[in-house]
Amino acid sequence: MIGPIMIGPSSSHTAGVVRIARAAIRVLGAVPDSVVITFYNSFARTYEGHGSDKAIIGGLLDLKTDDQRIKQSFEIAKEKGLEYTFKSIGNASVYHPNTIKLNLKNGSKEVEVIGESLGGGIINIAAVDGFKANFSANSFTLIIKAEDISGAIAFISAVITQEKTNIATMSVSRKGKYDIACHVIEMDSGIRKTTIEYLNSLTWIKELIYIPEIDK
Amino acid sequence: MSFLFESFKGWKAYCESNHLNLYESVLQYEVSQKGVTEEEIWLGLAKAFEVMKEAVDSGLSEDMTSKSGMINNGAKKVYNFPVAVLSKEFQKLISRALAAKEVNSCMGRVVAAPTAGASGILPGALYTLQEIHSLNDREILEGLLIGAGIALIIEQKASLAGAVGGCQAETGSAAAMASGAIVHCLGGSVDQVFNAVAITIQCMLGLVCDPVAGLVEIPCVVRNASAVAIANSSAQIALAGVNAVIPVDECIEAMGEIGSSMESRYKETAMGGLAATLTGQEISKRVLIQDIEILSDEDLPE
Ligand code: SF4
Repeated sequence: MIGPIMIGPSSSHTAGVVRIARAAIRVLGAVPDSVVITFYNSFARTYEGHGSDKAIIGGLLDLKTDDQRIKQSFEIAKEKGLEYTFKSIGNASVYHPNTIKLNLKNGSKEVEVIGESLGGGIINIAAVDGFKANFSANSFTLIIKAEDISGAIAFISAVITQEKTNIATMSVSRKGKYDIACHVIEMDSGIRKTTIEYLNSLTWIKELIYIPEIDK
Repeated sequence: MSFLFESFKGWKAYCESNHLNLYESVLQYEVSQKGVTEEEIWLGLAKAFEVMKEAVDSGLSEDMTSKSGMINNGAKKVYNFPVAVLSKEFQKLISRALAAKEVNSCMGRVVAAPTAGASGILPGALYTLQEIHSLNDREILEGLLIGAGIALIIEQKASLAGAVGGCQAETGSAAAMASGAIVHCLGGSVDQVFNAVAITIQCMLGLVCDPVAGLVEIPCVVRNASAVAIANSSAQIALAGVNAVIPVDECIEAMGEIGSSMESRYKETAMGGLAATLTGQEISKRVLIQDIEILSDEDLPE
């Protein structure tokens, strides 16, 4: 009720936007060297007036929601060599009114993240690389892309249970039957590096992204 | 103990039966909700008050021009104007609320209290209160806790968001929080604190949310100033023991009722009120992005 401490002007246009970017660079695993940012729907018209353009760049540079340098994020991006392009699309009615798509690049690695700013700084990462994701990035998140084999869900949750962490949400989406499935798991607490390494070593697991609390 | 913040009546009864001051019950609640120690809560509040004062000071010293140009160093002009309409203190009060809110509009750092749109009200009120009455920080932080308790109940019974309940929910709630905090800090009783909230809500009822071009600038900045004035007038009335007649819980219910019957064009959509005026629309055309891509059906995301 008193707080959060944040950069103005509005929690959905600044704090939420910064958090979407902070989640996205953790999906990429690095601060990008180039990025295409698409603002949709209501955001398409208002992002500049509300400073969401500076907020998204600030977040991509890993600035926190209360960092006063957000106002100068364009200058910092220039110093650090982050290249960016903005686009606005007004009529993507299948998306939430305040949606941002980020196409991030770091060297040869590319990811696409779609995030929604829900108000009060709360976000939903709706999709990662075309897979449905729907996580809030409020706690600890694991994204695992794996072969769509039977028993995968039970196996992964059993491994996580060993860590004595509570699974808050778990969802699986896949592009086709026996193709690649994307598991998104939100946990109440973090897991050890060895567990991540173990999961990563399994041949049927193609990619593992671990996102600890994004505000820390 | 979350039931505690369902009504003012319940809050008072809980405090009486547990022999707690109002602020102590909020402290307990925060500890139980956030799973942190009392010490950490006090530290968090101290940090919040620090940022509030910092926002006031930077709003009065640094350049505050918003991207749209609608905000242009108004707080400094008010602060430095040679004629004081009422008193020097009143002039400072108003300019401090403006200052902190201008910082918010210009991408500076603020404390959402309870929201970013209303982030000038508590800073303006508490900064000035502390100065005039030489209060120590601890007393101000108690006031912030009382404000948090007030906001918790308003959120339960009505809303704190302009998009849900109109501006009464946003600046009105912040004014109610400030008013209650002021009365507490000046030694008022529980009933007087509640009366201050009731009177403030009575004054703020019905206010719509109609920001020009959808930006949190006009009328938001000046409403932070008027809300801080109402917070102080209500505190003055309540401290003297004047009764609000309609009990505080019922005032909040009235606010909820008005909020839910308010048309959506008055709820942050920038379709009604000041946003829909001729000038409001002209500004909107100028500041909003016009070259938006409209995708053809086959290119739309599924
Ligand atoms: S008019 Fe709307 S946006 Fe502006 S302060 Fe009031 S509730 Fe917030």
